[in-house]
Amino acid sequence: MSKIRNAFENGKAFIPFITCGDPDLGTTKACVLEMVRAGASLIELGIPFSDPTAEGPVIQEANERALRGGVTTDRIFGMVRELRGQTQIPMVFMTYANVLFSYGADRFLSTCAEIGIDGIILPDLPYEEKDEFQDICRKYGIDLISLIAPTSEQRIAMIAREAEGFLYIVSSLGVTGTRSEITTDLASIVRVVRENTKIPCAIGFGISTPEQAHKMAGFADGAIVGSAIVRLIHESGDAAPEKVYEYVKSMVEAV
Amino acid sequence: MSEKKGRFGIHGGQYIPETLMNAVIELEEAYNRWKDDPEFKAELSELFNEYAGRPSRLYYAAKMTADLGGAKIYLKREDLNHTGAHKINNVLGQALLAKKMGKTRLIAETGAGQHGVATATAAALMGMECVVFMGEEDTKRQALNVYRMRLLGAEVVPVKSGTATLKDAVSETMREWTRRISDTHYCLGSVMGPHPFPTIVRDFQAVISSEIKSQILEKEGRLPDAVLACVGGGSNAIGTFYHFIEDKEVRLIGCEAAGRGVDTFETAATIATGREGIFHGMKSYFCQDEYGQIAPVYSISAGLDYPGIGPEHAWLHDTGRAEYVPVTDEEAVQAFEYLARTEGIIPAIESAHAVSYAMKLAKELGPDKVIVITISGRGDKDCAAIARYRGEDLHE
Repeated sequence: MSKIRNAFENGKAFIPFITCGDPDLGTTKACVLEMVRAGASLIELGIPFSDPTAEGPVIQEANERALRGGVTTDRIFGMVRELRGQTQIPMVFMTYANVLFSYGADRFLSTCAEIGIDGIILPDLPYEEKDEFQDICRKYGIDLISLIAPTSEQRIAMIAREAEGFLYIVSSLGVTGTRSEITTDLASIVRVVRENTKIPCAIGFGISTPEQAHKMAGFADGAIVGSAIVRLIHESGDAAPEKVYEYVKSMVEAV
Repeated sequence: MSEKKGRFGIHGGQYIPETLMNAVIELEEAYNRWKDDPEFKAELSELFNEYAGRPSRLYYAAKMTADLGGAKIYLKREDLNHTGAHKINNVLGQALLAKKMGKTRLIAETGAGQHGVATATAAALMGMECVVFMGEEDTKRQALNVYRMRLLGAEVVPVKSGTATLKDAVSETMREWTRRISDTHYCLGSVMGPHPFPTIVRDFQAVISSEIKSQILEKEGRLPDAVLACVGGGSNAIGTFYHFIEDKEVRLIGCEAAGRGVDTFETAATIATGREGIFHGMKSYFCQDEYGQIAPVYSISAGLDYPGIGPEHAWLHDTGRAEYVPVTDEEAVQAFEYLARTEGIIPAIESAHAVSYAMKLAKELGPDKVIVITISGRGDKDCAAIARYRGEDLHE
């Protein structure tokens, strides 16, 4: 069993996302350590991609800023190595298939194992294309995390049965970004998930407030927040780590 | 040819968010349900013939042939189609399919604006809502086409993200599709993206090679020695190649946009400078850096300004069945001017890439050979940009 399971052992999980290298890797590292101190259960580290087709404007712009600032996959690996000297929290990468494929999936995933990455989320790798990386992920003990969407319907059971690590349930149609209201029938989706797998599930996309996090975590085992944190970091300048601590703490308490 | 899960050799596939999976599955099922249906085929054939003006002419370019002193040159006149390009073939097919699926709204990406205009046209004809995503840079380069789309009742959304060109327009249209699926069909304009798009678009464009074949047999009593077309995503090229793939004696030549040269960063020649990758729903060749970040490509032609190539082309390249050659901006502009002066035909700057290479090839092959160049579109839209390239500022 992977370390990811630990993230869900002490009540509901709060899972923050951060775009690595926005504005620089020093800030990313400081923010991650503050997330850990504030009680986050698992960290999602975004490796920027030039054309992130599943992201809304906030994370798109963060990716552009990070890449312009010169961040690369190798530099992010270096940052994770440093972080692993200071925390044992479960960490997963979120990026796009080409970032892995281009680096060489074997080289990418063996490095993940070596530096202590526990899983990987690829929003452009659906069930039908899992074979691309599944065997290599298993070889290095990295969980390939599956996503379920509001449109998945009859596909939920099939995806859940083969899921590893945790299941990422996409709360709404569309791309990442905050929403004032989430109307998907998440209870029904989670019910089908529970019938088909014992692994935990967390809900993401559109969540920004403690009230939303509480409500979403109520349906599942945890809540994931990305855009709200990325925006907070962008707007806070040097105060970003401190602001991230306060925000994550409020969300951890809410779930 | 393997078409399991939409694969062409190792290329193709469905690398898209889970949110869109049921939409592409539904599309594949609908396509398989309708593609051989007699009523569907009759309706599409009627649209092709009565509305788009098919079959398009296969014109013997006698003056050009005499001037170059080499192979006999035929031009497949897709520029004479309604809306002025081959794009209408695919759009009429997809719009009709979308109608059968009960969709009421079409969304599309566009580069030069030709696919956007074709989609807006089909939407107007069939009474559907239409939204076209176009890179902000391209809305400036192709202002006339933006106006045409609006005139046809479409909404044009300028895309500001990334390089604000075709690849960003594709990304934004994919994002829009994940926002609104139930009433919306993504009318993808090239033989790219996730399965089943490369197959559907190819099938609707294959009318080009089907016509070339019967027309050349009638005129020459034999198959051509080579067929040539420009390649961005590759829809007019695959249309030109498709019915000749099994005729091994016919050379298939795709002409890529080399921009300022394949040894510069200002190029969009994917086969010449790209490598294997996964992007926009497919595995294929892409211009990218060592970390897999997609390159900001460049070409004078907004329609070829794309960092990838359709998966079937990638496979035709791998197997050696088709050849892909780079053609620079300067070479394309010279061919644009040459065809205008020699034959009185102003080709799209995209198509001029194929004309340029054909001019070299005709001389190499000699007079007993026959070649066909697909003129994928008309060049009116490009006049202002080419004038600018030649240092003349035109006000439309």
